[in-house]
Amino acid sequence: MNPRRKKRLTIVSSIIIGLGVVAGLVLYALSQNIDLFYKPSEIYNGKEDTGIKAINGQRLRIGGLVVPGSVHRDPESLKVSFKLADMRMPIAFSASDPTVTVTYDGILPDLFREGQGIVANGKLVHGNMIEASEVLAKHDENYMPKELADDTGEKHVKPNYSKAQLDSKT
Amino acid sequence: MMWKWLHPYANPETSYHFAGKILPWCSRLAFIFLSIGIVWALLFAPADYQQGDTFRIFYLHVPAAMLSMGIYLGMAIAALSSLVWQLKLADASAAAMAPIGATFTFIALVTGAAWGKPMWGTWWIWDARLTSELILLFLYLGVIALHNAFEDKSLAGKAAGILALVGVINLPVIKYSVEWWNTLHQGATVSKIGQPSMTADMFWPFLICFIGFSLLVTALICVRFRTEILNRNSMRPWVRELVMQEENTHAV
Repeated sequence: MNPRRKKRLTIVSSIIIGLGVVAGLVLYALSQNIDLFYKPSEIYNGKEDTGIKAINGQRLRIGGLVVPGSVHRDPESLKVSFKLADMRMPIAFSASDPTVTVTYDGILPDLFREGQGIVANGKLVHGNMIEASEVLAKHDENYMPKELADDTGEKHVKPNYSKAQLDSKT
Repeated sequence: MMWKWLHPYANPETSYHFAGKILPWCSRLAFIFLSIGIVWALLFAPADYQQGDTFRIFYLHVPAAMLSMGIYLGMAIAALSSLVWQLKLADASAAAMAPIGATFTFIALVTGAAWGKPMWGTWWIWDARLTSELILLFLYLGVIALHNAFEDKSLAGKAAGILALVGVINLPVIKYSVEWWNTLHQGATVSKIGQPSMTADMFWPFLICFIGFSLLVTALICVRFRTEILNRNSMRPWVRELVMQEENTHAV
């Protein structure tokens, strides 16, 4: 390579590497803020890398898997409460998992079900209780036809609402 | 050795005709692949067990998102060769790629929003994946703006090239955003090492669609690349000759 090209290549690559390092450091410094949500275990122990704990009354997002058997829906209104445990792949639950309880008054997304990933936006009321103002479904990256899902025991039934429940909001 | 083989393509006239030769093939193949792929994906691929037919937007969203990053990488490599080896044609190809990449980024964002609303429950969320993809769109728009900001094309190419290269940092951030941080967006389905997280009868139509869209992108880049070459060489005798020929054939 001739010296002029070599010089240009050095300049360009050093600018790129320099900016890459800067961007890397910025992202590293911001990593806790880039996280979209707290995991249930982080409500107890604080954020994984910084140990910062959420305080009561703080607005936050919580993300986790809906614990099977923990969903309680009010038959008269849209009020619902459920427990969330840390997400892990493949999906599994154990009784010793730290969980948080989420209460919500609104229509759940179609993908909501027990064992589904959920991100709720709300306020930490006290301890491990979260009052959600928005519940979003976080599905995983696995897609399969219904027949196969039936074989492996994966089922999805979207939440149903009676007329009384829907009318209660208005 | 390789340089000897590549050398003729540093000539605008050769490259113009070369792009013209591969263009019809790419567009024909793109048409074939996309018609098969889209019909297969929308009508015959099985619906997902939990998302139902909404899942089919995958076949548009994922190829668009992957290509939005692929085109950016291509544009950055062209920008690097233009900055270091001062190849004028590399500049022209980077300028040709930018608007196509921006369009595919836009398609990825819009189809993502249309998918997110029924499935997640929201059009948009400021998580790491969505935000970094939006930054990619802004980078493309910046590169396009810089290409058009200067009268002098080589100065414009330099400025746009530097921005394009700096923006490369965003590519790994987009790719790994779903692993480095927790996001609402799910992890990678097809672009991960090992087996894709979907069954074969769902994966094949994706592959056909992806190849189809890639060929479409190649064809579009060829069209824009040829236009860029003509624009930048409009005073050259070979371009004038070409125009004369065109005029003669159309006049008759």
